[in-house]
Formats: sequence, C-alpha cells, structure tokens
Amino acid sequence: MQRTATRESIMEILAEVKDPELPVIDIVELGIVRDVVFEDDRVRVDVTPTYSGCPAMEVIERDIVTTLNAHGFGDVRVRTTFLPSWTTDWLSDSTKQKLKDYGIAPPGAVEASRGGIAELVTLRRAKPTAECPYCGSANTEERSEFGSTACKAIHFCNGCHQPFDRFKSL
Amino acid sequence: MSDSLFEYLLRLADDRLVLGHRLSEWCGHGPILEEDIALANISLDLIGQATLMLRLAGEVEGKGRNEDVLAYFREAVDFRNVQIVELPNGDYAQTIVRQFLFDVYSYHVLEQLQQSSQLELAGIAAKGFKEVRYHVRHSSEWMLRMGDGTEESHARAQKALDDIWRFTPEMFVADAIDDEMLAAGVGSDLRAIKPKWDSVVTDVVTRATLSIPADAAMIGGGRKGRHTEYLGHMLSEMQIVARSHPGAEW
Repeated sequence: MQRTATRESIMEILAEVKDPELPVIDIVELGIVRDVVFEDDRVRVDVTPTYSGCPAMEVIERDIVTTLNAHGFGDVRVRTTFLPSWTTDWLSDSTKQKLKDYGIAPPGAVEASRGGIAELVTLRRAKPTAECPYCGSANTEERSEFGSTACKAIHFCNGCHQPFDRFKSL
Repeated sequence: MSDSLFEYLLRLADDRLVLGHRLSEWCGHGPILEEDIALANISLDLIGQATLMLRLAGEVEGKGRNEDVLAYFREAVDFRNVQIVELPNGDYAQTIVRQFLFDVYSYHVLEQLQQSSQLELAGIAAKGFKEVRYHVRHSSEWMLRMGDGTEESHARAQKALDDIWRFTPEMFVADAIDDEMLAAGVGSDLRAIKPKWDSVVTDVVTRATLSIPADAAMIGGGRKGRHTEYLGHMLSEMQIVARSHPGAEW
C-alpha cells in the first residue's frame, strides 16, 4: 500500500484501463467508475454496469485489479453499484469526439421516459439521427436499434453508402 | 420477510432467464441479420437482468447459492416464472407476440420497482427499465409490421395472438407473496399494472389491424412451480453443460 495514494491518484491509474470493446475510451471517462474508497489497507473501487448483460464488465473488473496490483496496490476490491444508473449523458464532449474519430457516431442527449404508450410504439417516436463518422453527411438513417454490442445501433449513410455504428443514448 | 423476498426475486429473475434463453435459441437462425442481432441483444439484456436478480436472491437466501447455482442446479418445479415465457419460439410471429405481451408487462413492473424500498432491487430495476424501453419499441414495431403487413403475416400474427393470449392472465395473479412485497414497499402492484398493460396492448393490437382474442385463461401456477411440459425440455438443454461439469469455470 502506497501511503501517499489519494482518490485522484487512483483515478489516474484507473484511466489506464480501457473498455475492451472500445479501446479508445477509458473506464473513468466512460463514467462507470463511481468512487474510490480506502478501507484500511484495501482499495475499494465502485463501478456501475453500462448494460445489465454487458460481457465487458467482467473483463473490466479483472483489469482494474491487475492494473492496481501492477501499481503496488495488492488488496483491491471491486464493488458493483446500481444507483445512480449509468447514462451516456456522462460522456464528455472530448470523449464523444474520440468515439467519432474511432468511427462510431457519438450518442445524443438521453430522451427522458415520457411514460406509457407515447414512447413505447416506435412509429410515434422520432428516430435518432446521427452524422456519418466517415463522410460527415447528415443524410443517414437508423437501420436497427441493435448492433454488434449492447451499446451500439446500426445506421446507414446515404452519402457514402456505408453502414456505421452509433453509440446508443441510454 | 427474507423467505418471501427470496421467492419474489426468483419470480422476477426466472421470467427473464427463461425468456432470455428462449430468445438465444434464435441466435444464428433469425429471419434477417438485423433481427438475429436484435434478438441476441435482447436475450443478453434479459439474461443480464436475471443474473443480477439471482445474485441478489442468493445473498438474501444466505445459503451460499450464487446466480450460477440458482440458474443451473434447480429443477423445473423450482422455477418461478410465468408459463408464457417458456412457450416454444414457434414461427417469428409467435416469438414476437410472446415478446410483445411480456415486454409491456415488464416495462410497467420495472418502472414501479425503481421505487422499491429494497435498494439493490431498485437499482437493478432502474437499469433494466432503460433496456425494456427499447425492447418494447422493437416488439411493438414488429406487431405493427406483421399485423398490418401481408395477408400471410397478418394471419400468422393473429394466430399467434389467439394461441398465446390465454397465458397472459397468469402474469397479473397477485398472491400472498405479491401482497406482502407490495405492503412492504418492495414489490410492484400487479392490480394497478393490469389496466395500463390492457391499454397499451389494445392500442398496438388495434393499430396492427389485429383483434384482441376473447378472454380465456389456462391453468397457471408457474409462480408455484407448475409448468408446461416445455420448460423441462428447455432446462435440460440450458443446464446440461453446467451439470456435466459441476464446478467448472469458464
């Protein structure tokens, strides 16, 4: 245990851990690290899942432990918290830019639940728009709300005729 | 209280585990690539929600059973899901109708559970609620597309609705456990949810140019461990790897 460690210095180390499915984004800017708490000689890292079944969470938890171990913190505990629930609104503009540079359209603002039928029936809902990360065209359409991972939707660009991923607003 | 809470959590978890497994059976067999991906994603969400709920159930029970033990080493009679989720996939209309009727139910249940006095459950529900919002969008869109589509798709959607409708009343049967959980501020109010479910389902079915079938009810009892013959067969496949290699980790 390094006695000089602070919450901030641990956060800096945790920024070395990348999302395995989005290797340009680290877990701190993704917003899933909620807190760092010192419990005697142990470092406790509180994380919150992105999606209930996201398989990357298990890998991330392991990476947190091995990364902190490598920095001399032998006793690390990862605790899962659920409230407040993770939202893409926590992503900063610079993080969204990184996604875009990586070829994934960033999420727009989360639409609050309006409750009841208005939000449940697709035809009554405006489909999310996205700018093509390849050619910048705004002439794109959502093809499916479900993509290669839980966090992505499939869009198609009518400008450069290529499919692309959009990071879903959640 | 903790016995009832354990039982209540199993009900929530098993609905999602069994339906999630059913949807996973479509993986690689979807009618088009986007739908194959969509059902696999929804399956992953449901199994994820079930995992979190079973983990919490195991902690509440306090006998050292984790989510894997609860998923893979219980018999059909110990499962507490409603029967609608264990029905076979059938054709795509059967899968979508089953999904739509459950999604609308789950949307309202999770919406309420976000306010549960059991804070872990409230947190799991808040996460699941965000997910079920887009599940309902997916299944309601397909209800409209199939019902108001071709003669063939309309006929199949109506047949699916007629076949599955009798399994829906079971979702709203509130027994002593539901009442105890509701009174404790833990559980959802199934009696209050029923009219909301009716209204959304009727709206979508009508817009899809389909007809709500006449009321009928099967003998339910899934919450007490009475299941259709389909569940045992499904579990034998779901559980075989874990049971053939007990203690294996991967």
